[in-house]
Amino acid sequence: MSAPNAAGWRPSLGQAERAENTTSSGDYGLILEEGLSFELGAADKCGVDIDYADRSPIEGLARFLRSEAPALPGLTEPEVVRHYTRLSRQNYAIDLGPFPLGSCTMKHNPRLNEKMARLPGFADVHPMQPQTTVQGALEVIEQLADWLMKLTGMASVAMSPKAGAHGELCGLLCIRAALDARGETRDVVLVPESAHGTNPATAAFAGFKVETIPATPAGRVDVEALKAKLAPNVAGVMITNPNTCGLFEPDMREIADAVHAAGGYVYCDGANFNAIVGKVRPGDLGVDAMHINLHKTFSTPHGGGGPGAGPVVLSEALAPFAPLPFVTRGADGSLRLVEEENAGEGHAQAFGRMVAFHGQMGMFTRALTYILSHGADGLRQVAEDAVLNANYVLRACDDLLPAPFAASGPCMHEALFSDAGLAEGFTTLDIAKGLIDEGFHPMTVYFPLVVKGAMLVEPTETESKAGLDRFITSLRSLAERAKAGDESLHSAPHFAPRRRLDETLAARKPVLVWRGDAAAAGTPSRSEVGGR
Amino acid sequence: MTRYFSEDHEWIEVEGDLGTVGITDYAQGQLGDITFVDLPAEGATVAKGDSVSVVDSVKAASDVYTPVSGTIAEVNAALEDQPELVNTEAETGGWLFRVTLGDASELGALMDEAAYQAYLESL
Repeated sequence: MSAPNAAGWRPSLGQAERAENTTSSGDYGLILEEGLSFELGAADKCGVDIDYADRSPIEGLARFLRSEAPALPGLTEPEVVRHYTRLSRQNYAIDLGPFPLGSCTMKHNPRLNEKMARLPGFADVHPMQPQTTVQGALEVIEQLADWLMKLTGMASVAMSPKAGAHGELCGLLCIRAALDARGETRDVVLVPESAHGTNPATAAFAGFKVETIPATPAGRVDVEALKAKLAPNVAGVMITNPNTCGLFEPDMREIADAVHAAGGYVYCDGANFNAIVGKVRPGDLGVDAMHINLHKTFSTPHGGGGPGAGPVVLSEALAPFAPLPFVTRGADGSLRLVEEENAGEGHAQAFGRMVAFHGQMGMFTRALTYILSHGADGLRQVAEDAVLNANYVLRACDDLLPAPFAASGPCMHEALFSDAGLAEGFTTLDIAKGLIDEGFHPMTVYFPLVVKGAMLVEPTETESKAGLDRFITSLRSLAERAKAGDESLHSAPHFAPRRRLDETLAARKPVLVWRGDAAAAGTPSRSEVGGR
Repeated sequence: MTRYFSEDHEWIEVEGDLGTVGITDYAQGQLGDITFVDLPAEGATVAKGDSVSVVDSVKAASDVYTPVSGTIAEVNAALEDQPELVNTEAETGGWLFRVTLGDASELGALMDEAAYQAYLESL
């Protein structure tokens, strides 16, 4: 794989020249220095034309009138538009290049999803419209629910939870409701070290005591240690499969059988479902509840790009307790929502509800579009390609970077490396910062905690072989520099809008609120943050 | 005064029935720059092995387990403004909390300095 513009047929970016030259504006080319909106604005400026003469206070509200103007930055509309557009150009996104965050499945958001979500019949409906007027939207929910149940081999699905951790909470509340119905008080949830960090947090939030299960040297759940903890006070176990080490938990069935025999339930964190979709049905593994991140496996926008959606699939044992609402089809073929007033229609034991309405309609439309455009065979290929890509990265770098679990066989969707073996004083952080210079978003670093200086790379199926080769070339070159003790790596990134920031100071003494005076707020000057 | 160590890298120095607890120099080195320390409430009753404090670093948030049962007698208020003391003086000024021992026999299960050094070398 050759570097872009290797033949040099067009002028190069010329970063080297930039470092030696300065400009009078402080901006470089078309990369502009950006102030805070408060610094750009002025109190006597206003972006809207308000007819003050015509605004007498509404009767009875006069006492709420402000006595002084609020401290807002006064900006015109073009100033606001430029401010946020310039900031967006300093950002990095999946639409700009690879986003190899492990455990996060940052993959391409197909534009067909967006086209469908913008159809007026889906985009312009209101959740309080009469249900007879939104039959198409309800059918999207019904069809997506059907696909999710079939793909996971589960009996039911609660569609409303709005993200992964929200889905975890939904699953644990179902478990609690099921225990209540049995008249049992069980207050312990077992969470293996290889589980997602949100799992113990969710269990604690739901009122359970968390007990940790150690990992084996092969990075899997220690089944014997888990069995030893099973007792009448254990409500269940939360397992992430594939786990945070990027490995499949092969003893899932044995674990589930043991937990069930002890009267507990099995929650599976489905954040890594991308690696097994179409290949493995969690229902066959004995899972009782699993959330599915539509914003991961099913390609709906992620993080700042859009709200999440975390439907929870449920086994026969937990299905009766699933939260409202449900979409149901009447005898006449029409669709309607089962809510509190008609919960008697098969959902009398529902534990309540998670959200005001029925979930993230826009994400449902995108996810169903993704599923229908791929088909069952296409979804299977998604998992196969994602796993193949991760193994390609793993085997292309494991001679340079130690891969602690590589000896146990292929990985799933993530390649996991350690910073053991770098030169004295060089760590994962130096490699991550170096990747920014190389034009890549860094991978997940220092997680999972069971690996020293963990680097967790999830390429997903989005990347082509050529794209992977480019990433591998950069990662290998950085690993070689860190092993050779190349001091320049300590100050990377050199070519980003900001140089390496003092993350410790930022965490110890964060400046989060504009106080009206940059110097008093301790805002570092350009030279202090190492601007070019 | 006697100092004991746990496998979770806590140290406890005992004087009479009062134990002073912190994390070891090895532990702070593994965690990297400490940014925040969440301390237990004074007067809280704790059982050996309970997670009673959380140490946040630039790399991770880590639980600190009390190596003995008892009652929290005092917490190191200086850490509120200077969490970095855990980095610079892990086994002296960067102590986390003091606990009134509930059962002094629990100390027998901990390591002495030599045993802890040997334990570190085995990791």
